Amino acid sequence: MAATEISSSEQYNFDIVKKFSIMAVVWGLVGMSVGVWIASELAWPFLNFDIPYITFGRLRPVHTSSVIFGFGGSALFATSYYIVQRTCQARLISDGMATFTFWGWQAAIMLGGISYMLGFSQSREYAEMEWPLDILIEIVWVTYLAVFVGTIMRRKQPHIYVANWFFLAFILATALLHTFNNLAVPVSLFSMKSYSLFAGTQDAMTQWWYGHNAVGFFLTAAFLGMMYYFVPKQAGRPIFSYRLSIIHFWALGFLYMWVGAHHLHWTALPDWTSTLAATFSIMLLLPSWGGMINGIMTLSGAWDKLRTDPIMRFLIVALSFYGMSTFEGPLMALKDVNALSHYTDWTVGHVHSGALGWVAMITFGSLYHMIPKLWNTEMWSKKMIEVHFWFATIGALLYITAMWISGITQGLMWRAFDQYGNLQYSFVESVAAMHPFYAMRAIGGMFFVTGMLLMFINVMMTVRQANAATAKVTAAHRAKMAGMASA
Amino acid sequence: MFNFKHEWIETNVGLLLVLTMLAISIGGLVEIAPLFFIKDTVEKVEGVHPYSPLEQRGRDIFQREGCYLCHSQMIRPFRDEALRYGHYSLAAESQYDHPFQWGSKRTGPDLARVGKKYSNEWQVAHLNNPKSMVPQSVMPNYPWLLKTELDYSDMTDRMMALRAVGVPYSLNKEEYESNVKRFGAEEAKMLNIADARKNLIAQAQENNYDGDNSSITEMDALVAYLQVLGTMVDFRKYDDDEFVKYR
Repeated sequence: MAATEISSSEQYNFDIVKKFSIMAVVWGLVGMSVGVWIASELAWPFLNFDIPYITFGRLRPVHTSSVIFGFGGSALFATSYYIVQRTCQARLISDGMATFTFWGWQAAIMLGGISYMLGFSQSREYAEMEWPLDILIEIVWVTYLAVFVGTIMRRKQPHIYVANWFFLAFILATALLHTFNNLAVPVSLFSMKSYSLFAGTQDAMTQWWYGHNAVGFFLTAAFLGMMYYFVPKQAGRPIFSYRLSIIHFWALGFLYMWVGAHHLHWTALPDWTSTLAATFSIMLLLPSWGGMINGIMTLSGAWDKLRTDPIMRFLIVALSFYGMSTFEGPLMALKDVNALSHYTDWTVGHVHSGALGWVAMITFGSLYHMIPKLWNTEMWSKKMIEVHFWFATIGALLYITAMWISGITQGLMWRAFDQYGNLQYSFVESVAAMHPFYAMRAIGGMFFVTGMLLMFINVMMTVRQANAATAKVTAAHRAKMAGMASA
Repeated sequence: MFNFKHEWIETNVGLLLVLTMLAISIGGLVEIAPLFFIKDTVEKVEGVHPYSPLEQRGRDIFQREGCYLCHSQMIRPFRDEALRYGHYSLAAESQYDHPFQWGSKRTGPDLARVGKKYSNEWQVAHLNNPKSMVPQSVMPNYPWLLKTELDYSDMTDRMMALRAVGVPYSLNKEEYESNVKRFGAEEAKMLNIADARKNLIAQAQENNYDGDNSSITEMDALVAYLQVLGTMVDFRKYDDDEFVKYR
């Protein structure tokens, strides 16, 4: 009988997954729009409008926080809560704690954005939030860990599915990084301002240990967790190699933590540290590609899906970008290449080939797969997913290409000498030469945001259509019950 | 030799958690912890001292406006950088920088040795409207710096916090005496927390950075900070390869 069947939406806490999914889409739209705005400020500086709150320097952390932690973070909460419940066949241990992680996380990002615009910043990249918000995040994160591990402990299967290993590594690493990189002494209990515990070289090393592993664990390991669930699901095939997943999991977790110092090549950081980081960066290529191969090969025998299924296309293109940026990364970690690329737009381009190509694309694919299941419906428009895919791909390619050209041009102009051995270009000549590429980058960003807007509309319409259907069913059910009562 | 099976880890969340924690802790431990103990990490060099109260407030504003997102403060040991910016940066030069401001991107030029390169008037005009000095600049205007009075009401709290993280601002006679030995009498007076406000006002009045002595503005503080960057070490005192051994 239908009434005794427990549907998955009652067995599991899908309410929290829905909330985080919606916020991922909202933050994606907000954060990427701010990105386009600040990209435009660099191309057309009048857009700063002499308003302190929206100058490039204050808005840039608003962009990075809302895309990394708002969009990426919410997507990770959503998918990890979804995956851990489904693969463990267990409900989250506490709805209350899960709800707390939702409101706590959203509050932190919202208040973070406002505080940057007001001028409160630790000036640590991707960790700009001042101490009160850092404490809030710490509490939310420990709660998240408890919910996640607690749910795994309730599992009905003896085995813990591979996606959950990656999520666990991400949660643990983020806790470790967040704690140590934000050690600071506040000016007073009622002041937002604090001074970091470490200084100079040690502080720089701590920050880039954090900075690169925010990439390694927040933006890579966790999204690999997403990949390990949604790629096989969407392809309808098991993961290509179980053995490969074991090897690349341990290698990735171990190696990543060594490579942060490649952000500090040729600086006042001691040579031994940066050499170690360069060496481990090269080694990191292997586990990175292990993950990519495991994902892409999962599709073997079902390649035709790439022609017909836009969700599959998102997932596979994401893995391709992942493979490309994890090749580019070790290349840029070589000291000789870094001497040219560091301080230039090449780095910005590299980050975005990871962020737009890998992180955002794998998220789009995963959300398009998961959202209809959560609301027990179909996506409102399949055509729109298709169009989104092309906007996203073209946008990402325009962005990356623009930054490659501008980055390498900058690097070469800065080190160019004339025939007398003097510097050939003044600094501002290199700035002026960037203009066309900054404009091109902004346009690439506009493409990407347009795609994001389509997704936003599509998701909202899907939810609306699902709610309308539920209302209809409920009404019919009520009418039936009323009929039965009167009979 | 026991027969290891990965299945043990996959079926035991406690074991998975502990081993993962172990795997991710080693890299950081090996690369970061020694930096606090190996003495050569920070070179021995004369002249580097903590910022004066006014300069420190300028540094706070530098952070507030996110300047580090477009300007590095870390010159690398290359010929082009030596010509463009000067001697490569030493670790010692940022030993009192909480937090460091090495930066990661040069949308604008490096600022590690910008101190004394331009006049106060140039700096003020440039911050107020960069295009007036450098027509092709893409830097935003910062007109509010001239219009906003500097808030230094919590200057002592700020210095106390910095002292707590290890900056040798002096709180008593003993610490003051030790600063005299380390930095000389003139500098030691600047680092005395009890005289913070007095010193801040005096420095602003004496140098009149923003060209208007009727009030102390945020512009005064920021320009004071910019003008001290990279000026503390006198490289004429050292051989060309003196610092190579630390790298």
